[in-house]
Amino acid sequence: MECKGIMKNQFVKGMGDGIAIGLGYLSVSFGFGIMAAGAGISVFEAFMISLTNLTSAGQAQGVSIIAAGGTLIEMAVVQFIINIRYALMAISLSQKTDKNFTLPKRLIAAYGITDEIFAVCIAKKGEVSAGYMYGVISVSTAGWVLGTFLGAEAGEILPPQITAALGIVLYGMFIAIIIPPSRKEKSVLVVVLMAAALSCVCKYFIPTISGGFAVILCALVSALLAAIFFPKKPEEEEKEEEAE
Amino acid sequence: MSIWIYIAVMAGVTYLIRVIPFAVFRKKIRSQFLQSFLYYVPYAVLSAMTFPAIFYSTGNTTTALAGTAVALALAYFDLPLIVVALAASAAAFLCGLVF
Repeated sequence: MECKGIMKNQFVKGMGDGIAIGLGYLSVSFGFGIMAAGAGISVFEAFMISLTNLTSAGQAQGVSIIAAGGTLIEMAVVQFIINIRYALMAISLSQKTDKNFTLPKRLIAAYGITDEIFAVCIAKKGEVSAGYMYGVISVSTAGWVLGTFLGAEAGEILPPQITAALGIVLYGMFIAIIIPPSRKEKSVLVVVLMAAALSCVCKYFIPTISGGFAVILCALVSALLAAIFFPKKPEEEEKEEEAE
Repeated sequence: MSIWIYIAVMAGVTYLIRVIPFAVFRKKIRSQFLQSFLYYVPYAVLSAMTFPAIFYSTGNTTTALAGTAVALALAYFDLPLIVVALAASAAAFLCGLVF
């Protein structure tokens, strides 16, 4: 009973932390809905794509492959390249999960490993429970599918100035996650600056690399160099938590 | 070909990418090097995703720069995620009214 109470608290806390994501998703998926409708995809199909994929760049590319009548192999390869960054996030997140995060819970929560949900779980102090992740995922997914539905059904309701300004919401959230630890730790600041610089180099000098692949490449190089030059003392934080 | 087959392939590939690593890595990694690496990964990933993409996020570089500046300033003072995110958007919107 007590255990269920904690689970419920964590779920509610997750929902609260998911609000920023849900709002951001609402605006981004609104754009996806408009795009899907423009490509001749029905409202229900667009809704189902958002519900089953829960990813922005992958869905946008997927819709253009569907519209162009591409092959299934092409679809699989493109999704793999764009979304492989989630594998890196999943490994990173696997190290932050609490001990009750069993395999069945992992099979469910893995559905919701997106850039933003990952970011919020990483920003959370201490370990991440399944209940917390379900909370974040439920609010985020609701925003994502609702935005898709509204965009596909009635893309013109919002004035374009507002749709445009909403485009920055999720990036603003990312900044809110990376800046505070950069202030506290020089090594994190170096990683953040290095990854941003490499990402700019990829974008402006090697435009042939796809966006999703560029992110993984820049992140791997920056994190590897930082691990070599600024190794963390083993398990500082975890020991504190175990003592609690 | 039915659109549902496309959707199934999309969803299947995306889910497998997420679930395989999340289900396989269940033990805490002990190596100091890998621990350090995984500690830095989130910051590296988020930074690479944000820059330079944020400058194009509103379809207008000027409004995007205004939003970025506000986000950086508020994040520096450790304000909550939602405040930083919405203030960045509000700044971009207000800037769009002027320019």
